[in-house]
Amino acid sequence: MNQIQTSPVQISRRSFMVGTSAMASGGLALGLNILSPSEALAQSSDATPEIGIWVVVKPDDTCVVRIVRSEMGQGTRTGLAQLVAEELECDWSKITTESPTPGQNLKRKRAWGDMSTGGSRGIRGSQDYVRRGGAVARIMLVQAAANEWNVPTSELTTANSVISHAASGRKTSYGKVAAAAAKLPVPDMKAVVLKDPRTWKIAGKSVKRLDTANKLNGKLIYGIDLKMDGMLCASVMDCPVFGGKLISFDDSKVKTLRGVKAVVRVDATTVAVVADTWWRAKNALDQLPIVWDEGPNAKVNSAMIADHVREGLTARGDYAGRKEGDAINAVANAAKTVEAVYSSPFLSHTPMEPMNCTARWTSDKAEVWVPTQNAEASLAKLAETAGLPLEKCDVYVTDLGGAFGRKGGQQDYVAQAVNIAKQFPGTPIKMIWSREEDQSHDFYRPVSQCYMKAGLDDKGNLVGLTLRLSGQSINAWVNPSAIKDGKDERQLQGFWSQPGEAQLGYTFPNLLTEYAIRNTHVPVGPWRGVNTNQNGVYMECFIDEVARAAGKDPLTFRQALMQNHPKHLQVLNAAAEKGDWGKPAAPGVFRGIAQFMGYGAYSAAVAEVTVSPKGEVKLLRMVLATNAGHFVNPHQVAAQVEGGVVMGLSATYFGECTVENGRIKEKNFDTYQMLKMAQMPKVETVLVPTYDFWGGVGEPTICVVAPAVINAISAAIGKPLRDLPLKNSGLKFV
Amino acid sequence: MYSLNVNGKVQKVDAESEMPLLWVLREVIGLTGTKFGCGIAQCGSCTVHVDGQPVRSCSVPGSAMTGRKIITIEGLSDSSSHPVQKAWAEVDVPQCGYCQSGQIMAAVSLLKRKPKPTNKDIDLAMTNICRCGTYQRIREAIHVAAGTKKLPKSDSGEVAALVQQIKV
Repeated sequence: MNQIQTSPVQISRRSFMVGTSAMASGGLALGLNILSPSEALAQSSDATPEIGIWVVVKPDDTCVVRIVRSEMGQGTRTGLAQLVAEELECDWSKITTESPTPGQNLKRKRAWGDMSTGGSRGIRGSQDYVRRGGAVARIMLVQAAANEWNVPTSELTTANSVISHAASGRKTSYGKVAAAAAKLPVPDMKAVVLKDPRTWKIAGKSVKRLDTANKLNGKLIYGIDLKMDGMLCASVMDCPVFGGKLISFDDSKVKTLRGVKAVVRVDATTVAVVADTWWRAKNALDQLPIVWDEGPNAKVNSAMIADHVREGLTARGDYAGRKEGDAINAVANAAKTVEAVYSSPFLSHTPMEPMNCTARWTSDKAEVWVPTQNAEASLAKLAETAGLPLEKCDVYVTDLGGAFGRKGGQQDYVAQAVNIAKQFPGTPIKMIWSREEDQSHDFYRPVSQCYMKAGLDDKGNLVGLTLRLSGQSINAWVNPSAIKDGKDERQLQGFWSQPGEAQLGYTFPNLLTEYAIRNTHVPVGPWRGVNTNQNGVYMECFIDEVARAAGKDPLTFRQALMQNHPKHLQVLNAAAEKGDWGKPAAPGVFRGIAQFMGYGAYSAAVAEVTVSPKGEVKLLRMVLATNAGHFVNPHQVAAQVEGGVVMGLSATYFGECTVENGRIKEKNFDTYQMLKMAQMPKVETVLVPTYDFWGGVGEPTICVVAPAVINAISAAIGKPLRDLPLKNSGLKFV
Repeated sequence: MYSLNVNGKVQKVDAESEMPLLWVLREVIGLTGTKFGCGIAQCGSCTVHVDGQPVRSCSVPGSAMTGRKIITIEGLSDSSSHPVQKAWAEVDVPQCGYCQSGQIMAAVSLLKRKPKPTNKDIDLAMTNICRCGTYQRIREAIHVAAGTKKLPKSDSGEVAALVQQIKV
């Protein structure tokens, strides 16, 4: 295995908060127009009053709510606005939103907090301070009215942007008192008492999304759609073998093609063609002779990687994980044992909008317009690449055409666009990746295998379980300092003992979990649901195998192990009940069940399938239950659950990035298949809110999709399925 | 130089004959509502109508479309008034929205051929990829547009389809 590098490429770490200047700017009204930064600048002299930092109220009663998390389809823009509006008690029909830039955030000492949008934190990570932001704005508006009428604030009530004084019958609107309110001191946000969520009138309701209209008529401008005066377009190719280098290219054949302006080196591994349109740039790039140094990984293939990972299943060592009781002896002395090895491959994120970034650089200012999950990480990468201080840079975030983790911490595409733009000072450069480039240069969901062994006593009770996970570490690639003494707990996500985030929902009398790091040369990163995806399959499909060996029903077998985990159990029971577990199924219909936890929320699913004698799998129905504590917009939560089903099924059935000659083999949708309408089951979402914590929504439910479906198919065909994707097991999906 | 009839307007196109219709629309004419997703006619994000038929515009040369009537998402209706766009809004179909231009164009074409499509008809006609996973809502919106389904509404008028809340 000497071709596989075991240490990751060192990626420069975000050093965002170090030495940043903190210029306060009072009364800045933000208006971001992604198409025209000069216009955005002009709007900063707008006299529209800011009421606290989260709300702007216009004279016509329009309430503008500031949103700093990115919108990539997950609905956070609408959900956050609902939370602010709830406390503000404004007229929901007059809500709009705007987004400060990270440069503006920095100028105000990061008043708006963290802008990163990942880990299902968009709502749960900001709900407290945005609700307080809405509440203080309401207090200021009420105070302004009280001052005008010379009455105590305690005599005033608010509803739908109207302030009323019952004793005198006087009424005014938020818009009318906004200018006076803006001049008042902002109350202490921490002192505000927030509403009991059970009394919510706007939050917690399935209001329509705020951002649908322009998605129905082609008017929404994604990053890929940007047009700017004098703009040129770039098509790039990075060395197809990870770890390789760009040696040279011969531009003589393509530089005379129509529209081509130049062929440039982007960095040590990447070349770009710059032209007046992207199609011309891409067309020229396709014809460009390029010489690569493919480096030490040019012979690596998936079989070698599988061997490398398999070795980690049994290698002796001191590993991250849980050691409770003596699982090895308990299993060795058990009346009956069950063992299995499961595996899952690399996966790409494949958002529908290919990676893109538009950059403009001069020696005095650098800007990017970019679909990013983390505007501040984009700003840091921009400044670093541009060679300019942070305050001379800014980032304009476009709505994202999907992301799923790809457009977050790793800002490789921003660096590329800026490196090109530096070679064309003053000219905006729109860089777009082809789908093939996107498939070839992702930060993939890591490859792994898992060896599990369980012991049963003579009554079929589980007495111990050992689990050895082996595979690539995300931290090793993106955050090496999180690995302590060679131990990486992150890959064991979902098996953790500590409550709150991704706790295992079972109590085993004896338990050993271990993770052996086995890295490869393939870049890896977080992919929607991250490690709960494959870990959910490993645990939940294996538990079904053990239940079967014990001669027990998969639900009752789980319930017996979950008595110390009431929230996990509550959600499992909800899925079982709504999914008709235990009731007779139609002839030929088989059910599977699974539960797991990730991103601070509890999830469970029941799947119903038929499998024909020819191995044609038809997934009829999925019932998914989830408890994220609070649900700000149930209809949008259900959309995330449905989305998790689709992404989870694509991965379960088809998803596989194969390594061949050091590079990824599947380069487009012809070989990297996606779930389509015909394969879509009926999805029923069951919400189980307990109002005592805030969990995530975007990611938690995806991890129960694959195990529930695999367990149903296994029940139908009478044998376990242990290797993803299932297409390699001779099954077809209809 | 050739001419194209796009959204009822005939215009001169100065581009290489092999430039795909998608890129003629996006980069020469300037209509960016039609999206690039794969470039090999697999995902359907670039779906437009050519003489009423759905066509994946990334894989046909613009020059071959002379004399034919091209409709893009921008030309589907004034102010999103097409019944399919209205149904999409009522069901709140889009997540990221990137594929939805193509999905809507494919659905409009289906409903022209089959005004009351069955689920099977929808399965066969709607082969565009949505990575966010809006298929269930697309199916529902097609039925709503066809008039074969009315959305269940809760007391407060919210869309309640397929979401159940357990009181604990």
